[in-house]
Amino acid sequence: MIPSHAILATVAMVGSIVITATAGDILTASAMRQVGDLDVIRARSGILGAAWAVVSNGRFGVGVLCLALSFFSLLYAFSHRDLSLIGPAATSLTFVTNALAAKIFLHENVDRRRWTAALFVCIGVALLAF
Amino acid sequence: MTFRRYLVLAVVTLTASCGDTFLSRGMKSLGPVSLDHPTQLIHAIFSPWVAAGIVLLIGFFASYLTALSWADLTYVLPASSLGYVIMTLLAKFWLHEHVSTMRWLGVVFITAGVGFVTRGPSWTDPGHHHHAAHDENPAPVEEVRR
Repeated sequence: MIPSHAILATVAMVGSIVITATAGDILTASAMRQVGDLDVIRARSGILGAAWAVVSNGRFGVGVLCLALSFFSLLYAFSHRDLSLIGPAATSLTFVTNALAAKIFLHENVDRRRWTAALFVCIGVALLAF
Repeated sequence: MTFRRYLVLAVVTLTASCGDTFLSRGMKSLGPVSLDHPTQLIHAIFSPWVAAGIVLLIGFFASYLTALSWADLTYVLPASSLGYVIMTLLAKFWLHEHVSTMRWLGVVFITAGVGFVTRGPSWTDPGHHHHAAHDENPAPVEEVRR
């Protein structure tokens, strides 16, 4: 029997990773939409030009900050729980929250196929807890 | 989607799963980090396994950003789903963690679910979302974009 405080601690660890990762993913994806196709930019301005186009974007900076917070939350979680639990649980849940956030904020076409995929992922995450 | 773009997605998958495994290996060797001493996390960055993990994750980030410049976030994330399988295999056979039957089943569900999504279009055309709510079988708009 797993103590309830251990379950709560795991939920808090995974929750903090998911929230910061979702904010970071949405902001960086939004930034990349503003920047445009990197393959085209690299062909025109070289790899340094492509790198500058990315790092000079303000939204990208805030996104990276969120991802850095998520990274340190992940490091902390890895030192307390198994990789095979924290890794898939945090990343899969981030997929679901990203699907929701991408539909709302990025106006991506999250159709029936993508929502079905999200349901499969939710079941998978539930199974990972056993 | 071209072969080169699938290759970029493969790099996203491999560097993410190997990077996370390296981080876990490094953090396990350092022992539990206490919230009373958060600076231990800074010191952890300079341990060899964590540092190697960070290098791999930088490679992941570069390929991930490249993919996001020509594909949807809700396409790129599931398209790199094989990482779950790789990560679980590494956890089982390299880190010698116990992976239960239910967790294996969970990984199968996740991979099946996210594999599903890669059969659809990779990119939402900027003007497409106005019609998306009524369109169950949208056209493969990445062809238009390319």
